Amino acid sequence: MSLLNLQRRMARAVMMPLTPSERMRSVAPDGRSMHAAAARFIKPNDRLTSFERLEIYNRQYWFRILSSLAEDFPGLRAVLGGRRFDALAKAYLTDCPSRSFTLRNLGSRLERWIEKHPSWAGSRQKLALDMVRLEWADVEAFDGKAEPSLRPEDLASGKPDMRLKLQPYVRLLPLRYPVDNLLLEVRHGGDSDFSSNAFNERHKRKRVLAVARLKPAEIFLAVHRMESSVYFRRLEREEFAILSALRDGKPLDRAVESGFRKSSTAPAERPSKVQEWFRNWATLGWFCRPEGRSAKA
Amino acid sequence: MPANRFNNFTDYGIGIGLRAPHYDHILKRKPVVDWFEIISENFMIDGGRALRILDQILEQYKVVQHGVSMYFGSAGRPDREHLRRLKDLVKRTKTPWLTDHLCWGSVDGRYTHDLLPMPYTFEAARITAQKVREVRDFLEIPIAVENVSSYAEFHVSEMTEWEFLNEVAERADCGILLDVNNIYVSSRNHNFDPFEYVNAVPPERVAQIHIAGHSKFQKYILDTHDHPVIDPVWKLYARSIERAGHTATLLEWDDSIPSFDEVHDEALKANRFLASASLAAAV
Repeated sequence: MSLLNLQRRMARAVMMPLTPSERMRSVAPDGRSMHAAAARFIKPNDRLTSFERLEIYNRQYWFRILSSLAEDFPGLRAVLGGRRFDALAKAYLTDCPSRSFTLRNLGSRLERWIEKHPSWAGSRQKLALDMVRLEWADVEAFDGKAEPSLRPEDLASGKPDMRLKLQPYVRLLPLRYPVDNLLLEVRHGGDSDFSSNAFNERHKRKRVLAVARLKPAEIFLAVHRMESSVYFRRLEREEFAILSALRDGKPLDRAVESGFRKSSTAPAERPSKVQEWFRNWATLGWFCRPEGRSAKA
Repeated sequence: MPANRFNNFTDYGIGIGLRAPHYDHILKRKPVVDWFEIISENFMIDGGRALRILDQILEQYKVVQHGVSMYFGSAGRPDREHLRRLKDLVKRTKTPWLTDHLCWGSVDGRYTHDLLPMPYTFEAARITAQKVREVRDFLEIPIAVENVSSYAEFHVSEMTEWEFLNEVAERADCGILLDVNNIYVSSRNHNFDPFEYVNAVPPERVAQIHIAGHSKFQKYILDTHDHPVIDPVWKLYARSIERAGHTATLLEWDDSIPSFDEVHDEALKANRFLASASLAAAV
């Protein structure tokens, strides 16, 4: 058996979903006996059969990737409940095994997968999708690239058609549910050092209630980073539209124009609002220095 | 062999793995540590906290990179994006040598994120050695391959694990990161004499040594890195040092991580063996 064939055979077995009692399946999806399949390429020893030796790797694989996904999506777990989350995670990882050298990217296709397979998210699909978007944006904002920030002198030209570039770690999300507060609530409970059973039970009940009570409410969110920590910042609709247009490469004047296209804000109030937003964005360091103007970061 | 071409002629002492629960302690207290080993993949990112911490560590400590997903033994070609990111990190850390495992873990673009055992065949040794050479040429630093713990053996194997390790190291002309805990774990899982393994490894190729703890189950031992080093592993370490001399040594502790001082104290137990090796060399 060639190296490639052996590795394909073993990977197929290792990545095969476990039974509900977290053991290796005795029958493969194609109907083959896994005992016979394992015996064909793995030696038994005096304590373990070939099947049992292969099972060690099969179980380790699933324990590792399931715990990694759960670590990255505690909010989705809170929305779906533990049992439904586990089922969804197994189905997702069976369909979309890792294609990256790092476990950091394990959840990169989860949003698209849920869109294609909404039944796994149960009755709260839209809420689940919003939470996945937020949690994946959180992963990307946490370790996304930071370019040197824009300085006042970079704006010296003041041309209305200048283009501003957003920091790569800033993520803009239009959401149908206020999942930012829910995620903070989920995380805040997990941070407690006070680990009595009564407290954990109370917190779990509170979390379930928070999910149950969450009503749709459109929000516009920037997920960004300051001093190495990720923050969620709610934006006004027009503010979000301007930032999105700038991110998409529109010149400044057109971005501002498009931001107010369907706005109910009175024209007289707009200049002061825009000024305030730009001041905030600049303070937060959301804009990058234009290319070709590099300096010490 | 304290300094050799496989560890870039350095003479490092006893290090520990740099782990997130210890970041604050290290940066605030600045403990005296010979060197830190980092998991390369944790820092092959574009920005954020991990890189900021790493830069602060690099200002004060020596760092060596240890990878977990190069998969020298996978039949496919190395991932170009992985290599590019790894090279960026090598430039940042200025690691004198780089280590990763003698194992496989990906096939046809799918990753298991595990250190899967090799079939000990000449074909596998040829493919693995070719990949080690390719990665070394791209990164332009010495590479040492680490023996892994394993729980399965293959019918197709044509040699012992230590013969396979030597075959790969010879063909690739690379160093060896000798993990004596992994030798112990595999010796118990596969019924071989761990000293036969240690005695077969060419001491002139040993760039670094790993020590660690493990977990015992009823029918096998699992390499969990969540316990202190046990006496039989220290004995293997002593024999390795006796043969290879004063070698850069690293304690791995990756799960149920205790305080920094506890981890460091455990690592420093290696001093009693290193001291006698230095004495022997002087005589």
